[in-house]
Amino acid sequence: MTKFNAWNVFKNGLNGQTGWSRQWRDPEPKSNYNVIIIGGGLHGLATAYYLAKNHNVNKIAVLEKGWIGGGNAGRNTTIIRSNYMMSGSHEFYEHSLKLWENLSHELNYNVMFSQRAHVNLYHSPGAKDSNARRYNTMRLHGTDGELWDLNTLKKNIPHLNYNDARFPIIGAAVQRRAGNARHDSAVWGYARAADSLGVDIIQNCEVTGITRKNGNIESLQTSRGIMKGNKIGFAVAGNTSLLWQMADLGNLPIESHKLQAFVTEAVKPFLDHVVVYGVGGAHFYISQSDKGSLVFGGDLDWYKSYAQRGNLPMVQDVAEAAMAILPSIGRLRLLRHWAGVMDMSMDGTFFICKTPISNLYLNAGWNYGGFKASPASGWYFADLIANEQPHKYIQHHHLKRFEQGINLDERGAGPDPKLHG
Amino acid sequence: MIRIKCPYCGERDHSEFTYGGDASINYPSLDASEAEWTEAIFFRKNIKGFQKETWHHLNGCRMWLEVERSTITHEIKSVKPCHPDLQKLMELKK
Repeated sequence: MTKFNAWNVFKNGLNGQTGWSRQWRDPEPKSNYNVIIIGGGLHGLATAYYLAKNHNVNKIAVLEKGWIGGGNAGRNTTIIRSNYMMSGSHEFYEHSLKLWENLSHELNYNVMFSQRAHVNLYHSPGAKDSNARRYNTMRLHGTDGELWDLNTLKKNIPHLNYNDARFPIIGAAVQRRAGNARHDSAVWGYARAADSLGVDIIQNCEVTGITRKNGNIESLQTSRGIMKGNKIGFAVAGNTSLLWQMADLGNLPIESHKLQAFVTEAVKPFLDHVVVYGVGGAHFYISQSDKGSLVFGGDLDWYKSYAQRGNLPMVQDVAEAAMAILPSIGRLRLLRHWAGVMDMSMDGTFFICKTPISNLYLNAGWNYGGFKASPASGWYFADLIANEQPHKYIQHHHLKRFEQGINLDERGAGPDPKLHG
Repeated sequence: MIRIKCPYCGERDHSEFTYGGDASINYPSLDASEAEWTEAIFFRKNIKGFQKETWHHLNGCRMWLEVERSTITHEIKSVKPCHPDLQKLMELKK
């Protein structure tokens, strides 16, 4: 693999870009591995990378049924933030944000991380108070957060609807270090860096059966042959329940729901921030990509589904929310929209934990928030797999937390998966 | 758009309804163990394929319906009122 640096860019500029090597290998699967991670999305690839990098584990495979980054890693709105309040969430997401801040250097790959600020609009004194509480809690824990009054907001984003919005904008809670990144770059960066540490990334390799013996997983049947791993990790959010049942483990506190995202035609620089709007049943978040397209999304489609395509009423809802705060984008045409299948958990929080099978580890339940979490998710999942002991940040992120009454319900929505947006 | 045949109102867009959830859950008795209640409230089969689920015809007759729907294609096999007495009543009307 050729390293990206100024010298190599210069050299290849002179020789017609012929000196670059493949970014990652396409290895034939071996029959035995120390660790097999199922799921070649951001979480799986990051886990493999940190297993090799932080814990010196060798003989690692990442199995992906399609192509890497073709699932939810390529179906999100790329927002990165750490504005969480609850213990167990804020430390985790803050660490994730810190990893993002150095990720391009760490991976020697430009993930186009842009700390353009996450601007969470509020529309009532009550919302201002609750945001003040949340953002003050964040500050006490060392995360940045501030409140913008209406004048500051108008100065920064002059073209929001301050005139006749159904829910008047009165200010915003802002995290300046938040922003977004290029999703594909993050996938390719992790894949390339993991591969250079010897990780086998095996694409078009679907797990079709799981054989158990003496309480352990003995082998995996896949579309590319039978494989054995001393340790197996699931990182297949969206389809976790299917693998879980393949391993004969019963039910999970997870439902699969689909979430849509939308992209407009490209326009000149127009929106410098990630803007979020949520009031009166509407939910909307928008940013502008480097190509100029506006990338935005809203709520789930409100019913359980494994279909990776969205429904029309939600297109209308999201368009209405867009018009409510940014009427200036009304003439823009949508280029495409798509849906990803989310693991919606019963309290809106993820799972990184051991399982009833001693050599199986679970990474699941990412709800809306999987993209920004992926570096820390890989970091702590790798730590759990290598050390057999959950780090204190993820000590409650296990499947028994419901019967123990430790619900990590950031939104306070109760045990209804679709409500944890 | 999913079209749901409400037994009372006829075929309507799913945007008139709200989604309830898994209709196959059997809630245990009040004095059942915590483990049984945890299982009923928090754990789901999360079926990929046809599942029984509830929908509320909120912007219609407000009846709760049990719908058999595919979670892959969204095709609906059957719709009936959740309440057994209403089921009987609807059959009498036919």
